[in-house]
Amino acid sequence: MNDSDGALSNLQKVLKAGHFAVTTELGPPKNADAEAVRHKARLLRGCADAVNITDNQTAIVRMSSIAAGVLAWQEGLEPVIQMTCRDRNRLAMQSDLLGAYALGMRNILCLSGDHQTFGNHPQAKNVHDMDSLQLVQMVVGLRDHNRFQCGEEIKGQSPRFFVGAAENPFGDPFDWRPYRLAKKAKAGADFIQTQLVFNVPRFRQFMTKVVELGVHRQLRILAGVGPLKSPAAARYMRDQVPGMDVPDAIVERMEAAGQGIADKKARAAAYKEEGIRICVETIAQMREIEGVAGIHLMAIEWEEAVSVITERAGLLPRPTFETPAVVSESA
Amino acid sequence: MIVAEQKALDEIRQLVGDAKQVLVVGCGTCVTVCFAGGAKEAGVLGSLLRMAAQMDGQPAAVTEVTVQRQCEWEYLDAIRGPVEKADVVLSIGCGIGVQALAERYPDAVVVPGLNTKFMGMPAEHGEWVERCAACGNCLLGLTGGICPIARCSKQLLNGPCGGSSQGKCEVGCGDSAPDCAWQLIYQKLAAQDRLHLIMEITPAKDWRSSRDGGPRKVVRADLKLPQPDIKE
Repeated sequence: MNDSDGALSNLQKVLKAGHFAVTTELGPPKNADAEAVRHKARLLRGCADAVNITDNQTAIVRMSSIAAGVLAWQEGLEPVIQMTCRDRNRLAMQSDLLGAYALGMRNILCLSGDHQTFGNHPQAKNVHDMDSLQLVQMVVGLRDHNRFQCGEEIKGQSPRFFVGAAENPFGDPFDWRPYRLAKKAKAGADFIQTQLVFNVPRFRQFMTKVVELGVHRQLRILAGVGPLKSPAAARYMRDQVPGMDVPDAIVERMEAAGQGIADKKARAAAYKEEGIRICVETIAQMREIEGVAGIHLMAIEWEEAVSVITERAGLLPRPTFETPAVVSESA
Repeated sequence: MIVAEQKALDEIRQLVGDAKQVLVVGCGTCVTVCFAGGAKEAGVLGSLLRMAAQMDGQPAAVTEVTVQRQCEWEYLDAIRGPVEKADVVLSIGCGIGVQALAERYPDAVVVPGLNTKFMGMPAEHGEWVERCAACGNCLLGLTGGICPIARCSKQLLNGPCGGSSQGKCEVGCGDSAPDCAWQLIYQKLAAQDRLHLIMEITPAKDWRSSRDGGPRKVVRADLKLPQPDIKE
């Protein structure tokens, strides 16, 4: 990305300066309450370099990611606007990209989106005019070529986003995943956030191939991590979420954490503590893996855990940039 | 073939209403092969309608006829007599058959007895699967003969998504989940040492060739019949 205009996003500056980056997530509410967003945003302030604002996550209607992003931004967070291909065609997506940029948003995460049958409007028609890779190409084209997807020139300000995408190292076919990541780099993605990592050896295997292909030099990879709340949550993720890989050892560790604790509240607290501990350990392991440039911390509906985890993982305070970012060769 | 399923009898009866003369029109092509609307199904449906009408104390004359293809004028022309006698024509052809009948006989009340499902094939006895979405610009040459538009739940052209697990799509559960089209594409191309085909990014599709460009039409000038000279 051409950054001569000095309008880099904070996340981009952090990665460019070679810091181990931290992003986290804020799920907009299932209503029109601005304060709900502001409240969550305040819990996350200072804990991360940027915060993903989810886009109708799990295909459930929520406040628009752009609107919630602006609210979070007003509270001092830097948003990463998630955009799925499920609900909008290329016209709608580009118009939202123009609008999001005009409102001050600087990071975009391009996703296919969970299928609508999982959500609260399974009757809906899905769009998928484009897929996530093509969306990356489109956002990059708006920025680097000043052209709409149709090829028409943008006259005036073009949206200049720092462009992210996701990859699931644990999805099948496993052998293809590093190559698919390479395709995302080729499409022009600047950074990647991965699915939650619980199976560290398998993630290492994935990263070894990614590094062998040199993809980690073309984009920055943030490993997905997150705290488990309970053994039930761990089992659910292991058994029910397609493309998730939660090893039995993790589930057993969560179960063991509550053993011998009769009081329900105390047991729940013990589970949460163990979940946080596992997460902090995983972050330490991620920092040792070649090609991992940061973490994406997903504490779904548990925003309070973010400051605890980042603190214990030694990731605070986050870097700040009073002056333009230091240009480092490594970035 | 076009795969269809019969509507529930209650719905069919509602569509037929209180017609005294009902003509059930089967089709001898796709819907015969998928056991939804052939001569046999026309006979069974006719009997059911007669029995139901009898039980309601409002007997109706229900007759059946099956044509070779409901989607061609010449076969429809052959049933002019019974169509013109009927109060309601119940087509158990696909949606194309229903429309062809309605168009050929502008005065007839034509209602559908089937739900047209998709273009596909029998995967095994009693099970049909979708194979083509008629996007109008075939890309099977790129994808090992497996269509991601018809067979990937998200129509991804650069799949698979993160929900692909053990060969199955995230949509649906357990054995009933469809196969992940991109897992199949990957396996096929890997086995043939042709993965280079999907290493490149497939750009955004031009959907104008699909239904998105409006109703479609194929014109073959070489096959058009010369216009007859009309002499006054």
